Amino acid sequence: MVLSSFYSKRFFRFDLLKIYCMANTITTGKYTNMQAFLLVTLRLVIGWYFLYEGLVKIFNPDWSSIGYLMDSGGICSKMFQSMANNDHWVAIIDFLNKWGLTFIGLGLILGLFTQLALFFGVLLLMLYYFSHPPLASVSYIMPQEGSYLWVNKTLIEIFTLALLMVFPTSHIIGLDRFFRKNINNK
Amino acid sequence: MKKNHIHKNITASSTSAQGIDRRDLIKGLAALPVLGLFSAAWLKKNNIDKTFREQMREVVNLTAQPVELAPSVKDGKPLRIGVIGFGIRGKQLMRAAGYPEPSWIDEQIKAHRENKQNKNYQDYMDQEQLNIEINGVCDVFSVYSNASAVAASNIHREKTGGKMGKIPRQYKTYLELLDAQDIDAVIIAAPDHWHATMAIEAAKRGKHVYCEKPVSWTVPETYELVKAVKENGVVFQLGHQGRQTESYIKAKEAIDKNILGKVSLIEVCTNRNDPNGAWVYDIHPEANPQTIDWNQFLGKAPFHEFSLERFFRWRCWWDYSTGLNGDLLTHEYDAMNQILNLGIPSSVVSSGGIYFFKDGRTVPDVLQVAMEFSQHELSFLYSATLASSRSRGKVIMGHDANMEISDRLVINADRDSTQYKDKIKEGLIDPNVPIYSFTPGKKGADGFATPTEQYFASRGLLFTYRNGQRVDTTHLHVKEWINCIRASIQPSCNIDQAFQEGISAHMSTKALLENRRVFWDKDKNEII
Repeated sequence: MVLSSFYSKRFFRFDLLKIYCMANTITTGKYTNMQAFLLVTLRLVIGWYFLYEGLVKIFNPDWSSIGYLMDSGGICSKMFQSMANNDHWVAIIDFLNKWGLTFIGLGLILGLFTQLALFFGVLLLMLYYFSHPPLASVSYIMPQEGSYLWVNKTLIEIFTLALLMVFPTSHIIGLDRFFRKNINNK
Repeated sequence: MKKNHIHKNITASSTSAQGIDRRDLIKGLAALPVLGLFSAAWLKKNNIDKTFREQMREVVNLTAQPVELAPSVKDGKPLRIGVIGFGIRGKQLMRAAGYPEPSWIDEQIKAHRENKQNKNYQDYMDQEQLNIEINGVCDVFSVYSNASAVAASNIHREKTGGKMGKIPRQYKTYLELLDAQDIDAVIIAAPDHWHATMAIEAAKRGKHVYCEKPVSWTVPETYELVKAVKENGVVFQLGHQGRQTESYIKAKEAIDKNILGKVSLIEVCTNRNDPNGAWVYDIHPEANPQTIDWNQFLGKAPFHEFSLERFFRWRCWWDYSTGLNGDLLTHEYDAMNQILNLGIPSSVVSSGGIYFFKDGRTVPDVLQVAMEFSQHELSFLYSATLASSRSRGKVIMGHDANMEISDRLVINADRDSTQYKDKIKEGLIDPNVPIYSFTPGKKGADGFATPTEQYFASRGLLFTYRNGQRVDTTHLHVKEWINCIRASIQPSCNIDQAFQEGISAHMSTKALLENRRVFWDKDKNEII
């Protein structure tokens, strides 16, 4: 009953507060142990991946998004490339990438503000996806492994994060559990 | 089960009063060990990376920092310059010196307006002022002469209609310009057959000289010029702006540190494939016998009737030109001379032909030159075509490593190297991955950096300059000359380097035209 409510249209309004509250209003007991274990593990490994990507950038003084932005293709390429040519934009994008990836990673691992982290994770990945859409007519320098048609790893990751949003686990394993208690007990 | 449930509810309700129960605490914090694991893995990886970097640094001990801009020497008084020749290169040199044609500024502003990413205009306006003034100009084509006077008066780098400074004097002949009392130094951008003649006359009058390459058109005048420059103590700079290229400076550092081991072969090329690159330049609509002083253009060249082709496309005829040898081999040679201190080749052979541009030219459009440097035990191969732009790099091949140079620099170890044998065996060095790469404008050097950066480097994609500004190498080269005049020292491409450049090019031309192996007699200091 509870899970099915997450398929309802309400969810797609992207009301931040609602998304955030979803993790806190859900009640336990609907996942089997195996389901909960796999969902939590999926959350943790994706969190790990995000955290590493963020920290690597923070600790590398030479890292910049500029090369990636310049390499953009497809319909949005003009926008991403013009950002690469603006030092202020590059500074903002660099900052958001470094700390965004890190906090999303931490959020997923710790299970803290997880719905929010997932939401921004999807947003960030969508930017990556649209900066490098895997179209038959475009080729890229980055990423360097393989080529894809429409569906690439980024798109799969977007849907995985979205999946985790509708199958939340941070109220079971994660710091969000404490918030749920508090809200529920009010 | 039910009991448990009740118990849980009770506990939960008591939570609000007492805090959080044990079960919640464990479950809430259950993922924390993952962070601990992450931290441990992170630290371990960092240690491995650090050790690797340190070990690599022992192998390739090159500074990672870009070459810093040399500060300007300023003695307050502006240096007074004369400019001879305002063709394609003369215009570029005037701009590099800080004096653009207003029409050129118009074009840059328009280019920026049409494409915001085009920052040429801003880069140009940011170019350092050299504290010079242009007091005299001279060109045998009156349209160019007038245009150079306008450019010389454009002291604020204004667009058309902007506020100009004083219009300098236009001289009918270069000798009158050289005789002027209000000129301390000259920039010579006339055709090849005039270079040494003008530079000699300038030196004799105590004027400092910035001369376009090649240094000379004939062998004897090369010696005369050296004599004139040395006897008169003027500051001479030959126009190989490649001297200012960061990657060349880094390449020299790598050679000096013996990272390549013994170098046995150098391969350099010219790959062009358009009429402009093959010297088929536009003919100005206002050019005619009335606007061009044809006799002054000819100078020492054999007589020929007035010809617009010959005037504008003079590089195509030996009568005025030094061909691929003087125009493009010299750039490659000078780069290698800068990096490896080659000096003059012990012998040269050459071959080539006019295979594509059948427009009446006498100068080959495809050329091969093989220079032997027996003193260094190495060969230098130059190969040029003006009819294919397939990119072939500038490569220095050593026993231990090889180096490819463009505006970037990449060094790869040789799989059969002696110096790196152990490191390759240990897996520390992979011959397929650069042991060093340098990209100008980028903060650090890598080669042991992330795969992404390696990939970027291998594809030759530049990181856009962020901290360091894009600077025109010609500007730096002119600036070095001006600073040297102020400091009374000789610049990087001084008369000795120029002599080596000139002789090497002449040996190549002689080998080609006389169809024989040409030698350099070190003791007699002459070509045999």
